Amino acid sequence: MSATREIISSGNDLAAIAAVDAGCKFFGGYPITPSSEVMHTISDLLPKAGGVAIQMEDEIGGIAAAIGAGMSGVRTMTATSGPGVSLKAENLGLAQMAEVPLVLVNVMRGGPSTGLPTRVSQGDINQAKNPSHGDYKSITVCAGTLAECYTETVRAFNLADRFMQPVIVLLDETLGHMHGKAIIPTAEETQKGIVPRKKFEGDPKDYRPYDVPQDQPAVLNPMFQGYRYHFTGLHHDANGFPTEEIETCRKLIDRLFRKVEEHKDEIESNEEYMLDDAEILLIGYGSASLAIKEAVNVLRDQYGIKAGMFRPITIWPSPEKRMYELGQKFDKVLVVELNQGQYYEEVQRAMERHNIDKLTKTNGRPFSPADIIEKVKEL
Amino acid sequence: MAFNYDEYLRLEKMPTLWCWGCGDGVILKAFIRAVDKLGWSKDDVCVVSGIGCSGRFSSYVDFNTVHTTHGRTVAFATGIKLANPDKHVICVAGDGDALAIGGNHTIHGCRRNIDITLIVIQNFIYGLTNSQTSPTTPRGFWTVSQKAGNIDPTFDGCELAIASGASFVARENVTAPKKLEKILKEAMEHKGFSYVEAMSNCHINLGRKNKMQSAMANLDWIDSITMPKKKYDQLSEEEKLNYLPTGILKQDTEAEEYCDMYKEIQKAHQGLRGPITPDDFKKKI
Repeated sequence: MSATREIISSGNDLAAIAAVDAGCKFFGGYPITPSSEVMHTISDLLPKAGGVAIQMEDEIGGIAAAIGAGMSGVRTMTATSGPGVSLKAENLGLAQMAEVPLVLVNVMRGGPSTGLPTRVSQGDINQAKNPSHGDYKSITVCAGTLAECYTETVRAFNLADRFMQPVIVLLDETLGHMHGKAIIPTAEETQKGIVPRKKFEGDPKDYRPYDVPQDQPAVLNPMFQGYRYHFTGLHHDANGFPTEEIETCRKLIDRLFRKVEEHKDEIESNEEYMLDDAEILLIGYGSASLAIKEAVNVLRDQYGIKAGMFRPITIWPSPEKRMYELGQKFDKVLVVELNQGQYYEEVQRAMERHNIDKLTKTNGRPFSPADIIEKVKEL
Repeated sequence: MAFNYDEYLRLEKMPTLWCWGCGDGVILKAFIRAVDKLGWSKDDVCVVSGIGCSGRFSSYVDFNTVHTTHGRTVAFATGIKLANPDKHVICVAGDGDALAIGGNHTIHGCRRNIDITLIVIQNFIYGLTNSQTSPTTPRGFWTVSQKAGNIDPTFDGCELAIASGASFVARENVTAPKKLEKILKEAMEHKGFSYVEAMSNCHINLGRKNKMQSAMANLDWIDSITMPKKKYDQLSEEEKLNYLPTGILKQDTEAEEYCDMYKEIQKAHQGLRGPITPDDFKKKI
């Protein structure tokens, strides 16, 4: 049994606390509702822990500074909301291409554009899959409880260092601003679980940071330690230098896919609730899953409807294999999400079927269990 | 004995992709000589570049090197420097990179007075993308995006840097490589944000349609529009409109440097000092 502590906090604060416990040493950010509290809190915690938190001149500067620190070898984070992700997208692409670990917390609000800054949405699911142009494979986790705002942020840091790429942590306005009790690992427990990025220890002459097996990430040593190489967003060779050589270009993008695709089992994380005897499958994630869970309880207790919930915690790559199995098992499937059906399409793809129902909402208000109960009764 | 550049160059990357006669190579060499004079270990130096012809600068020198997105050099460098305050971080950007798409980061890097050196290779044009108007293109010049003549007013990058709070600001021409080397050395030695505009030629993409088809013609033009600050200061305000001053234009060794100030933030949060107040600063408003 791992050591835990009880804490009263908010989702945004828990993400900040998690980052510092996970060894984050740099934060670059810019004010944006509803994520600003992540910056407020980490601006106190990081300097206390010997790190640096800086409010930059804009969203682009925030992520650029964070990636710069990450290139130099430290664990690094930025936090924002949808409009900020749009602005940061190009540099997320650079971090994908140059393989720089980074954690980006996106506290989702209503969109598109300025949308509903102080209200909840889950409209950035597709954006999280491909925020930047070009071909790469995103890793996105989505917290569904206050405790997960902590544990998923910690996991994101470890995934970023394992796969040497940005990892997006999706919260939403409801979760980010929710205050309550959370039982989370102690800081010591979290530190025990830190898996730092790989490092090349041999002769600098033999160091070829991007010359790795096709299913593995680059091995990028910290700067200033005798291993001088090059970072670029251009297609690059084994030492990071720009190239247009056909086979090198093909292999690079192939590897950016395969390093994630072939290790999905290390990334996948789901919750299954009351599925064993269920007759109706509800699928949801993030704060919406809190209402779904309550709906499942009420449907069973008051209406005798055996509903159950499947909740992907890792959103991208999606748990397609498990979703396919569930799609074979359940006739009635309902996807519940605070957008017009972004993950619904992914569920259809994974289950290889179209006869799936959806319950969506895009008015800035969270689901109530009653919304879901009513819909399920109609099925 | 002639200076040996080999120790600092990534020789396998030679020749550079810069055009024959380009001034960027002069800047590269002056920079290397300046670093050599400073006696810095190659491991302690990080060179950050953006996009454009200047973007390739970082790939040619054997330091820790970063080729970033367009305009973002100073922002990336800010993260690198703050995470490693005892290391030397140098940005290299073009006029489009530093003053157009990256203008915001340039302004705020200057304002913070963080100990970074920004070398702006100023050639009055977007070279790599073939002759589009840059923020420094003189009015009335032909560009591929303003074929009837550029009407956009020009930025004086040095004035911008001074106004934004950089504590070291200088300009020098590639026609004076020794002076350029000296200025780069002083800029890198300076604690605080140092902005150096290195005036370079682009006879291919600026000169081609503006009656400066050869490198020499373009360089002569640069010499004709610049003069040492001392001489420039004696001109009438009207005459000044036709010239840019060279040499060190600002040097303030007293201004608080950002990484040093951040250490005070760390101390305050660690309970080693009280909160930072206006009394901690010379300039209050």
